Amino acid sequence: MNAKPLSTTSEWTFDLLLKYDQEISSIAADYRLDTYPNQIEIISAEQMMDAYSSVGMPLGYHHWSFGKQFLEVEKGYQRGQMGLAYEIVINSDPCIAYLMEENTIMMQALVIAHASYGHNSFFKNNYLFKQWTSADSIVDYLLFAKNYIAECEKRYGEQEVENILDSCHALMNYGVDRYKRPQKLSLRKEQIRQKEREIYLQSQVNELWSTIPNYQQKEDEQADQIFPSEPQENILYFIEKNAPLLEPWQREIVRIVRKLAQYFYPQRQTKVMNEGWATFWHYTILNKLYEKGSVTDGFMIEFLKSHTNVIYQPAFDNPYYSGINPYTLGFNMMSDIRRICENPTEEDRQWFPNIAGSDWITTLDFAMQNFKDESFIAQFLSPKVIRDLKLFTILDDDRDTHIEISAIHNEEGYRCIRQKLADQYDLSSGEPNIQIYSVDGRGDRSLTLRHFQYHRRPLSPDTVDEVLKHLARLWKFAVKLEVVTEDNRIKLINEVAIG
Amino acid sequence: MRMVSPSKKILLAFRCPLSRIIDKRLNGKNKSAVNRQRFIERFKNQIKKAVADAVANRSITDIENGEKVSIPTRDISEPTFRHGSGGQREIVHPGNHDFIQGDRVPRPPSGKGRGQGKKASNSGEGLDDFVFELSKEEFMEFFFEDLALPNLVKTQLATLNENKFVRAGFTSDGVPSNINVIRSLRSAYARRIALRSPYTKRLHEAEEELNRLTAEGSDLDAHRIKELHEEIAYLKRKIAAIPFIDTFDLRYNNRIAQPKPTTQAVMFCLMDVSGSMDQAKKDMAKRFFILLYLFLTRTYEKIELVFICHHTTAKEVNEEEFFYSRETGGTVVSSALQLTLDVIKDRYPTSDWNIYVAQASDGDNWYDDSPTCKNLLINKIMPLVQYFSYIEITPDSHQSLWHEYQHVKSTFENFAMQKIETVNDIYPVFRKLFKKQAANS
Repeated sequence: MNAKPLSTTSEWTFDLLLKYDQEISSIAADYRLDTYPNQIEIISAEQMMDAYSSVGMPLGYHHWSFGKQFLEVEKGYQRGQMGLAYEIVINSDPCIAYLMEENTIMMQALVIAHASYGHNSFFKNNYLFKQWTSADSIVDYLLFAKNYIAECEKRYGEQEVENILDSCHALMNYGVDRYKRPQKLSLRKEQIRQKEREIYLQSQVNELWSTIPNYQQKEDEQADQIFPSEPQENILYFIEKNAPLLEPWQREIVRIVRKLAQYFYPQRQTKVMNEGWATFWHYTILNKLYEKGSVTDGFMIEFLKSHTNVIYQPAFDNPYYSGINPYTLGFNMMSDIRRICENPTEEDRQWFPNIAGSDWITTLDFAMQNFKDESFIAQFLSPKVIRDLKLFTILDDDRDTHIEISAIHNEEGYRCIRQKLADQYDLSSGEPNIQIYSVDGRGDRSLTLRHFQYHRRPLSPDTVDEVLKHLARLWKFAVKLEVVTEDNRIKLINEVAIG
Repeated sequence: MRMVSPSKKILLAFRCPLSRIIDKRLNGKNKSAVNRQRFIERFKNQIKKAVADAVANRSITDIENGEKVSIPTRDISEPTFRHGSGGQREIVHPGNHDFIQGDRVPRPPSGKGRGQGKKASNSGEGLDDFVFELSKEEFMEFFFEDLALPNLVKTQLATLNENKFVRAGFTSDGVPSNINVIRSLRSAYARRIALRSPYTKRLHEAEEELNRLTAEGSDLDAHRIKELHEEIAYLKRKIAAIPFIDTFDLRYNNRIAQPKPTTQAVMFCLMDVSGSMDQAKKDMAKRFFILLYLFLTRTYEKIELVFICHHTTAKEVNEEEFFYSRETGGTVVSSALQLTLDVIKDRYPTSDWNIYVAQASDGDNWYDDSPTCKNLLINKIMPLVQYFSYIEITPDSHQSLWHEYQHVKSTFENFAMQKIETVNDIYPVFRKLFKKQAANS
């Protein structure tokens, strides 16, 4: 088709970017990638550092922790420890991706394929993102949040706002609904609703804590009831709705942090899939470009070098090892699904009777749409990938003096490794399971949390106290933490009184 | 279609069915500046300490640099609920070499059971500190804050190159207040002469011809005479129509910024290093010397430092020895003053050098020696120096030296003395000095 390369030097121009984008876009269309419209922004290195340190939000409210991240990024960049700007892409409609001006045309093409077509199609089609985030209104909401918080700073002082934000950030991972779909976020609606909410919520809270009983009888009834009636896992939501003494603006800030946590929640659950998908597609698309003769040999060699860096997986005993590289795992699995579809072996037919020999584009698309990391690994991790990565499991039990290799990449080990790896990506087993259990409504108004232990794993004592203090700052009364062991014994392990 | 105005938010926007490519390079950077500032604000105390340490360790001449500040990671971490060590966990790792199922391995020393190859643990002690670079400006800001400098002085010290505006001829454009009347009128006059000249020349010719024709009185020429009358009237109108002054004529006084003329200065640092001056007092004295040095760098291009320490005898030393050596014994202040005088005579003739002396001591002196000091100062030293500042670092009551110096103070305007208990007290000793500079600039 296109025998002449699009470019022969490593310089990029706007015309050239556009040509590459069109070329990549048509290949992506051939592979039936369904994407939001793209907004590709060219930015400088400094701007990229800014973007990095605001966790990729195009506009963020001000907080010292972002300053800390900025200093870290800046330091890393200045020392040349990190190549910046592989990609930042925002789950929004249009999908915003950043290209850094210093990069070569190869990198720009790579990032366009990776972010603007790979991640973009993932954002648009994966069930978690569809269910939990509203790509069309996130930018609006961020703007609302930024302005609202700036307004609060003006009115109540930076220190006050910072205190609330610190406390909310400490509990951010406990600010997500796992099962309910959140409402759509949009700027105008949000502003109107915020006012209504403020009045309504405050009245509700007052009712809950009302000290003048209407009927003696009713109060007796209440005495027997535990509040909340069921344990609540969304701690920030509970605070927003029920903390007795928060000011309306403080509730709103709790809500903002909670909403952002919710927005990022799908990303935390699909790291392997999302990166694997995007990496698979940049690899496939750029190879296709090469096949068509649109790029030169030099381009391809430069590309392969970057690509191999991205999917480099140091072994467990390598000094650089810091866990499994999600790019590697994801890319290997995605590529392997294609292989199973196109060239199944006997083993594949046995393990994956439904997909072996099927149309790979359809199968891969199905996998991308309907799974999250945990279920994706449980479903699709093949013996071949386990062998390729030489995966093995270590059982570490504090009652044992030694650690034990419980499975390796052999016939007996495959299923065990697959199960353990899937568990590892299940957020609910990785994070301590802590829920709000009860409020002492008639006594000292203390709030009791329960930590449901899993495999006897205790909470890290370094941070528990701090986090509980943050929670107490929001609740404004004492906070207790009980641990529930696996044999159902309950023990009070921590208590923070309010000063 | 390529370039739109750079002030527009979107510089270049190509449209195609799905993608837009936008150049945002000219949009604001430093979006994180506020967050960075918040960070610095939050960890002010740690940073202050780092700055104080840096001041103690740096050479006086090296004061104006940024600084690496390190804060224990523990202090800046944001707490979340996490699992601690213990319990049972089963973790998948890549890159198996020769393990087989059922192998039992001693638990690696990190004890966390995760990330065997990892060197540092992610909790408890032994963490890397969070290190970041404080810019030069931020560093100075912290340094000044410590010294409680007035804002005017802060700005004075913070601006690096001072310029003086000097006249530099005239320009043809400028602001009305700078109009030079004489020059403007002169060029207006020149313009008028120049524009008038073709008309005047013709006018003279016409008048001459008219005179000639009138004298001849020939009737034949009546028509020509009338013509000449008209022409003369026309030319006079033309000449009158030349404007008296035009914007073209305006001349403005021109001023350009010229770096202030700089010269050289020598700064004598005198310090008592007898046993009673401990390191804390020396650190305080160091700030005093730094402040004078900073002041001098703003005023002079070249500055030399002379360090003289003394107990019963004085000697000239290098900076390192000056701040960190410790001697014992009594105190004879005049020995240092005498040495200062000798060095000045020897190496720094007043015709070439501006001389500043800064003396720090805890006020101890041999009782008999104090009058000698006074006499040395009044008769020999004070006439040679620009400014002599003396600080006495002591919480106790004054001794003889202070009282003798009081006499010097009453005699000489450029002598300043101050009792100091904390670093906040240092600035007043220079008050007059800075005031003078502010008035000059």
